[in-house]
Amino acid sequence: MSTETAQVEEVKKPTEALLSKRRKKLVSDPLVDDNPITIQVLGICSALAVTTQMQPTLVMAISVIFVIVMANLTISLLRNTIPSRVRIIVQLAVVATLVTLVNEVLKAFAYDMYKELSVFVGLIITNCIVMGRLEAFALGNKPYDAILDGFGSALGYSWIILAVAFFRELLGSGSVFGVQVYDGISGLFGGEFSLATNGLMVSPVGAFIILGLIIWVQRTKTGYVEH
Amino acid sequence: MQQSNGYIITFSIILTVVLGLLLSGTSQVLGPIQKKAEDLDNKKQILGAVMAPEELKALKPEEVLAYYESRIASKVVDIEGKEVEQDTEGNPIVAETVNVGKNYKKAPADRLYPVFIYHEEGNEDAAISYILPVYGAGLWDEIWGYVALQTDLNTIEGVTFSHKGETPGLGARITENGVQARYQGKKIFDDNGELQAVIMQKGEGKDYDGEEHKVDGLSGATITANGVNDMLKNYIGHYKPYLEKRKSGSSTGVAVLN
Repeated sequence: MSTETAQVEEVKKPTEALLSKRRKKLVSDPLVDDNPITIQVLGICSALAVTTQMQPTLVMAISVIFVIVMANLTISLLRNTIPSRVRIIVQLAVVATLVTLVNEVLKAFAYDMYKELSVFVGLIITNCIVMGRLEAFALGNKPYDAILDGFGSALGYSWIILAVAFFRELLGSGSVFGVQVYDGISGLFGGEFSLATNGLMVSPVGAFIILGLIIWVQRTKTGYVEH
Repeated sequence: MQQSNGYIITFSIILTVVLGLLLSGTSQVLGPIQKKAEDLDNKKQILGAVMAPEELKALKPEEVLAYYESRIASKVVDIEGKEVEQDTEGNPIVAETVNVGKNYKKAPADRLYPVFIYHEEGNEDAAISYILPVYGAGLWDEIWGYVALQTDLNTIEGVTFSHKGETPGLGARITENGVQARYQGKKIFDDNGELQAVIMQKGEGKDYDGEEHKVDGLSGATITANGVNDMLKNYIGHYKPYLEKRKSGSSTGVAVLN
């Protein structure tokens, strides 16, 4: 009886710890060693577009985390039923639905953010990181692992765009999360002293420069070489 | 495993229906909340023309709506300055629901022109300023805003501008308070009553204090600035009949659409 043997096997197999070494690796790998932006160089467009200020970047990061985790979960749950010939379009449909949901929720509860971000949130659909994780991981792994993997990749993406946004907002607008930092510093030294903001940092060129520097520093430290 | 065509088609249909239901359900549930958010945003923009930005920021959403309710009266006029109260089917027209962007696509004579009157609390006749919407094209996409005129219907009390896709740091600066403050106290008509509007000059950093129809420009954003100039001149021009009637004190009358 095939069902019986399957049950026996299940008993024999020791259950994996909720956060075993392998699973921790799923989350931590994409943070530095296999970062989607700095190592795989995916999702660059949105990293350039939304990072002029911290606040929208944070909203974008949360949206991306939600979309990747939920898409990974959905595809992983359906992995045995999805017909392989139409799997890409199925993935696309799921991702597009999730992105539309995020957009609708933003429009209802954070209208100012919606006005600023709706174009970029829509573009999460084309973010290669999302489709990449679905195709490479979720289609062949169990739901819980898929959630961890998606969460790791999304975090890897998020901390990079937040770091870029931090420098761009600080140097370009002289503020962090909308709080004027430059004015405060100038105030300490009296009226004559003032820090000038750098207009270059507000344009996408500034994001390229910051991103390039981050990649440079990271690769110097990890010794990663492109093959 | 190779699935049959029938399986693939069935799977696709089920997936489409499920996702479709999910989306339309969300849109049904969130629709009213989104409408409220849009409405609030719109009213904030209108109030932005007459209130200081910090003042407006300090208000909670309910306070904004309450303040709007008690201080703003609105009406809709046509190109001849006559009041319009009903559309062709006899439904009442509310100024807040008039979509200026959509009206812009019609010929000027067919458009509806909302007017928002900022008045003393509780007394609609004691107008403080008249807020007129303006709409036009920037460098990349649409730009719009509100111009508040003092009771002489000539001096600008304040303006607010918004844009859809102007270049950040260049044309997008029209939304900055510092840029909008340059318009305060400028005049739109010259001494002969001709419409001059207010023209943003080329280059930035000059002082146009004594000049009634000029403001300092935006460095690096000449095309956006020209868009703003055209927007102000064209759109205020459409309101000229209304403003003149208002000035001469004659009743604006009620237009009948046919």
